[in-house]
Amino acid sequence: MTTIETPAPQPSGALSSGSRLMTLAGRYGTFVAFLALILFNVAVTPNFLSLQTLNVNLTQVATIVIVATGMTLVIATGGIDLSVGSLMAIAGALAPMIFMGQFWQVESMGFAVALAFLLPVVVAGLFGLFNGFLVTRFSIQPIIATLVLFIAGRGIAQVMTNGNLQVFKNAGFQFIALGRIAGIPAQVLLMIVIVAAAWAMIRYTVIGRQIIAVGGNEKAARLAGIPVKRVKLFVYMLSGALAGVAGLIVVARNSASDANLVGLGMELDAIAAVAVGGTLLTGGRANIVGTVLGALVIQLVRYTLLANGVPDAAALIVKAGLIITAVFIQQRAGRH
Amino acid sequence: MQPILRLFMVKNTSDLARLGVILALAGLILFGALRYDNFLSPYNILSFLRYNSMFALIALGMAFVIITGGIDLSVGGTAAMASVVAALLSPYHWAAGLVGGMAAGLAVGALNGFIITKMRIQPFIATLATMLAAYGTGLLMANNQSVSVSYDTGFTVIGQDDFLGFPIPAWIALAAYVLGWIVLEKLPIGRHILAIGDGEATAGLMGLKVERALTGVYLASGTLAGLAGVILASQFGAGQPTEGVGWELFAIASVVVGGTLLSGGSGSVGATLAGALLLAMVFNILNFENGLGWISLSAYWQSVIRGAFLLVVVVLQAKLMARHRSA
Repeated sequence: MTTIETPAPQPSGALSSGSRLMTLAGRYGTFVAFLALILFNVAVTPNFLSLQTLNVNLTQVATIVIVATGMTLVIATGGIDLSVGSLMAIAGALAPMIFMGQFWQVESMGFAVALAFLLPVVVAGLFGLFNGFLVTRFSIQPIIATLVLFIAGRGIAQVMTNGNLQVFKNAGFQFIALGRIAGIPAQVLLMIVIVAAAWAMIRYTVIGRQIIAVGGNEKAARLAGIPVKRVKLFVYMLSGALAGVAGLIVVARNSASDANLVGLGMELDAIAAVAVGGTLLTGGRANIVGTVLGALVIQLVRYTLLANGVPDAAALIVKAGLIITAVFIQQRAGRH
Repeated sequence: MQPILRLFMVKNTSDLARLGVILALAGLILFGALRYDNFLSPYNILSFLRYNSMFALIALGMAFVIITGGIDLSVGGTAAMASVVAALLSPYHWAAGLVGGMAAGLAVGALNGFIITKMRIQPFIATLATMLAAYGTGLLMANNQSVSVSYDTGFTVIGQDDFLGFPIPAWIALAAYVLGWIVLEKLPIGRHILAIGDGEATAGLMGLKVERALTGVYLASGTLAGLAGVILASQFGAGQPTEGVGWELFAIASVVVGGTLLSGGSGSVGATLAGALLLAMVFNILNFENGLGWISLSAYWQSVIRGAFLLVVVVLQAKLMARHRSA
C-alpha cells in the first residue's frame, strides 16, 4: 500500500502519454505522495491537524533531514557515505564529556557549552575529511572508504565512553533539541537553515555547480578545470560535520548519550530519504528539496500506520515498498 | 622477489592481495600460538569455528554477489528473519526448521534477483529495501520477541553438536565453501559470473545469460544468509528478529579483506574465507590479550581494530592497483 501513484499500464499505442505520465510521476511523485498522505491523515487520523502532530513529526524527521542533506551532496558527486551514523555517535559522545568536565575543568559553563557545540562538529567534519582523503588520494570506492569509519567510528565512540551511558541535564546544551524559538522547536529551525543553505549553495554558488559537474561526468569536470579532489573532500567533510550536528541533537533530546545506539542505522535512513526524494545514486543531481520531501514521506507513512494501529514492523515492509516504487518510477521517468 | 611470487602462483595484483590475507592470517595464528597458552587448545579452536561459521557463510554469498559487481545489504535482515522461521518450524521436525529457514532466505534472494534484473534497480537500493522488508517480516512473525526453539526434535544439534570432532556449523560452512569453489573455478557458470563483473553489457553481448547468473548469485546469497539464520537459532536456542544488524557490512569487509575488488570481475572463495577468519580472529586474540592481564582492552576496541585492519588492506590494495595501472 504505497501511496505513490503508479500509472496504470497503458494500452499499446498510448505509449507516449504513458511515458509522459511516468515523467510527471518522476518529477512530482514524491510531492503528490506527500500531499496524498496529508489528505489521507486529515480524513482518517484523529487530531491530525494540530500543532503537536506537526511538531512530533518535524522533530522526528529533523535529524534524518540534516544527515540526508549532507548525503545528498555526497551522492551528487557519485559517492556515498556509510559512516554518518558512527560519526553521530562520536559527536554525541564527545559533547557531554566536554561540558561535564571530563577533559578539563569547566570554569565557565557558557564557554564549555559553546565548545560542546563546536568541537564535536569539527571533529566529525575532520573524520569526514578523512573519508574524502581515502576517496580522493587512494581512489578507494566510497562504499569501502566510508565502511572503515562505519566500523571503527562507533568503536571509537564506545571506547571514549567505555560503552557507558552518559546521563546529563544541561539546559544550555539541550536548547538545541528542547528549546523553542517563536514556538518552533530549535532543531526544526536548525534543519530549515541547513536545508536552505544547502539548497542555495547548489543553486547559486560555484562550488554547488562544481559538485553537480563532478557527479555528472568526472573526467569532463577535471578537463574543464574543476578541482575535483577538493570538491569531493568538501562534500565528505560537510557530510561528516552535518552528521555531527545530528548527533548533538539526538543526545540533547535524550538527555543521555549512548554510544551503542546514537545514529544506529542512520546511514540507511538517510540514503532512503535521498532515493525517495529523487536523487539517483548515480550522481550528477542534487535534489535537496526532494530529499526533505523524501524524508517527510517516509516519516509520514510511518506515522500514519502507527497512528492507525498498524505495528511498526509492518511499517518497515511498507517503507521497503515505498523505496522500490519511488526509485523505479524515477528511473523510468529519467529514461524518457 | 619475482621468483618467490611465482612460487606462490602469483600472477597479478589481486593474487598478491589474496596471498597477503592468507599470510596475515597465518601470521596472526602464529602470533596467538606463541603468545597464549591455550590459543591452539581444542576448546578455543572449536568454539571459534562454531561461532564464526555463520559469518563465513554470509561472506561466501557476499563474495559471489560482489564478484558480479553487485552488493547485498539484505543478508543481516534475511538471517534474522530466517532464524525466526526456523525457530517457529523447529517443533515439527529439525529438518522443517532447517529447510524453512533456508527457504525464507531463498525467497528474499529471489525478490532481490527480481528487483535487480527485471525492475533494473541498483543492487544497493534494492537490497537496502529488502533488508527492511526482511526485518519487518521477521518481527511480525515473531511478534517483536525472540522465539524459543524446540529442544525435542533435535533442531539444536545443528548449531551445538559436533560431528567427527568438529562443530556441525563448521562442516556446513566447509561444504558451502567447497561447493562455492567448484562453482566459481570449475563450472561454466563461474566464468559467466566473473565475466558479468568485468562488464555486464559485454557479457550480455557475448551471449551469456546475464539475468540468470545475476539472479543465481542473489539466490545463493539469500539461501546462505538463511542457513546462517538457522545456525543462529539453533546455536542460541532462539529465533532472533533483531539480530544481524551490521552483518552485511562485516561480510563486505571480509570479502574486501579477502582481496575481492568491489568493482567486480575477480575474486576468490578461499581468500574470502581467510578474510572472514582474519576479522574474527582479531576479536579472539583481543580476548586472549585481555586474559593475560597486561592490558585491559574493552571489547569495544575490536571494532576500532577491525576498522584499522580494513583501512590497511584497502589502502594497500589501492596502492597495488595504482602501481599495476602505471606499470
